[in-house]
Amino acid sequence: MNATSHNPSDEQADLAAIRTTVRRFVTREILPNIERWEEDGSFPRALYQTAGEVGLLALGFPEAVGGVPSSEMATLVVVEELARAGSGGLIAGLLSHGIGLPPILALASDDLAAEIAPAILRGDKVCALAVTEPGGGSDVANLRTTATRDGDDYIVRGSKTFITSGMRADWLTTAVRTGGDGAAGVSVLAIPGDLPGIQRSELQKMGWWCSDTAALHFDDVRVPARLRCGSEGMGFLGLMHNFNRERLMLAGMAVAFAEVCHADALEWARDRQTFGRALITRQVVRHKLVEMQTRILGAKALLHQTARQVDAGGEPVAEVCMVKTLATDTLEFVAGEAVQILGGMGYMRGTRVERIFRETKVLSIGGGASEILRDLAARQLGW
Amino acid sequence: MKILVTAKRVTDPNAKLVIDDDGSWIDDDVEYILNPFCENAVECALQLAADHDAETIAVGIGDEEVQRYIRQGALARGIDRGIHVEADEQELDSDLIAKILKALVEKESPDLVVLGKQAVDGDSNQVGQLLAEMLGWPQATFASDVKIEGDEVIVTREVDGGLEKLAVTLPAVITADLRLNDPRYASLAGIMKAKRKPLEELELDDLDLDGEEPKVRVVKLHEPTGRSAGVFVADVDELILKLTTEARVL
Repeated sequence: MNATSHNPSDEQADLAAIRTTVRRFVTREILPNIERWEEDGSFPRALYQTAGEVGLLALGFPEAVGGVPSSEMATLVVVEELARAGSGGLIAGLLSHGIGLPPILALASDDLAAEIAPAILRGDKVCALAVTEPGGGSDVANLRTTATRDGDDYIVRGSKTFITSGMRADWLTTAVRTGGDGAAGVSVLAIPGDLPGIQRSELQKMGWWCSDTAALHFDDVRVPARLRCGSEGMGFLGLMHNFNRERLMLAGMAVAFAEVCHADALEWARDRQTFGRALITRQVVRHKLVEMQTRILGAKALLHQTARQVDAGGEPVAEVCMVKTLATDTLEFVAGEAVQILGGMGYMRGTRVERIFRETKVLSIGGGASEILRDLAARQLGW
Repeated sequence: MKILVTAKRVTDPNAKLVIDDDGSWIDDDVEYILNPFCENAVECALQLAADHDAETIAVGIGDEEVQRYIRQGALARGIDRGIHVEADEQELDSDLIAKILKALVEKESPDLVVLGKQAVDGDSNQVGQLLAEMLGWPQATFASDVKIEGDEVIVTREVDGGLEKLAVTLPAVITADLRLNDPRYASLAGIMKAKRKPLEELELDDLDLDGEEPKVRVVKLHEPTGRSAGVFVADVDELILKLTTEARVL
């Protein structure tokens, strides 16, 4: 046998290789620093560039703009490994382009996409999605920030809030109203962060400390019309496009963090001696740990099944809603039980369990609150 | 210019190894990684290739699984192509591995061979030296810095009490030490690209080494004997008493 082979490795080998690289990145770049970044309320911008070199930011984006196309399963592997650092804020901040960039790519011309995307995927520019407004979160169709045409520009006026990476984003993928009421009047503008008239103020949060979250005010900001992504009125469709991926990723974070909580609780229960015996020998603790694991396995099974459906080209909107609610409910339960098992230590800053417990609610609310998603699932199922 | 570099798969040093019931080998259901010293060798080859416009080739020897580590450890980092030599790992020793590499050197005619100074599984630290001897090439082992100047390689080596600087003429064999460089990440784009890079599969027969026997065989593997738990002593007198009467070391 003297042949030159080009056998593609199977999916498992790819996923294992991706896991190896991301694990190394997390071990070297994140784990030694995460405590400090969380307490400081920020992580260095240089981390975007390192992540860019590793290719982490490019994963799942088209090759034409410098991306590395991949499966949802690969994204879940990345999220699982990043979750080992026990900081959702880091994931949300580092990967804020994961929601900020897809609407641009879905709507904008190839030229505009090529102008904006590569620097973001390299980690040289930070991208944030600016949709939510003080007047309403999930009700995208009724947003009130306006963009009024004036010659070759739009004049943008209005406010956005809860914007992840909003403090330092170089590109703000902003949903604006260019037309009449409802979804048909919504457009998307790629707004450079340094335009005059953009005011940013930092918001303090329950969790996700190391990701910056901003309220943005657009005070008659003049935005070149060529930065509109797609035609006027197409914005809503481009934004909807985002939701499945975002929700699947949030579900992935929730399951991964639940696994971290379970692992830390299990380790604690094995080590911790009470009344002369390890905690894990107590039936009440054993049952807790098994119940946690049971719920995790259930959520993970649905997560992988749904991801594979998406990878096969499906758009299982109802299932994505359901897996996100199942995963975040699971995390709320598991993180609560993990804190309980760790006892006093679980209440102390500096453990992963304490931090993740503070981050459960953001996952149950962000990217579509559980109540909204259950309603959407019912409608999708024709009920 | 052409550089041949080794990409050996080793068991993860953090993994718990399980020895087969008959003590002949380890259970291969265990985590593997690319030998860390081979990572340094790969990084060295890539840096030299960037500066001197060289083609780079990574070699792995073993069963089919080894291909994964050639692709993901070497090709994904930027090595141009791979060669996998199919062989039964239990039938390999440093001498036979050096013979395989010698045959590959004769086939590929590289200007430089860069190896890890040793593999962290067997810790033999012999292959680079044997290969240089078999080829009649100069060698510079435990390199902590490598530069090519004209037809010479300037290698800094870490030796007892300081650094030693050698100039060896090309072609040459170099083995990489841990402080030679900081191996780059296998980027996710690199991992995807690596799937499309050529990986040649060879058997010992293709290298005229069929029937070659290793000079060293593993006779038996066993776990280190367990240690019994220590005891606390009340004072120095009791310690001395126990060392004298029980441990009998005084």
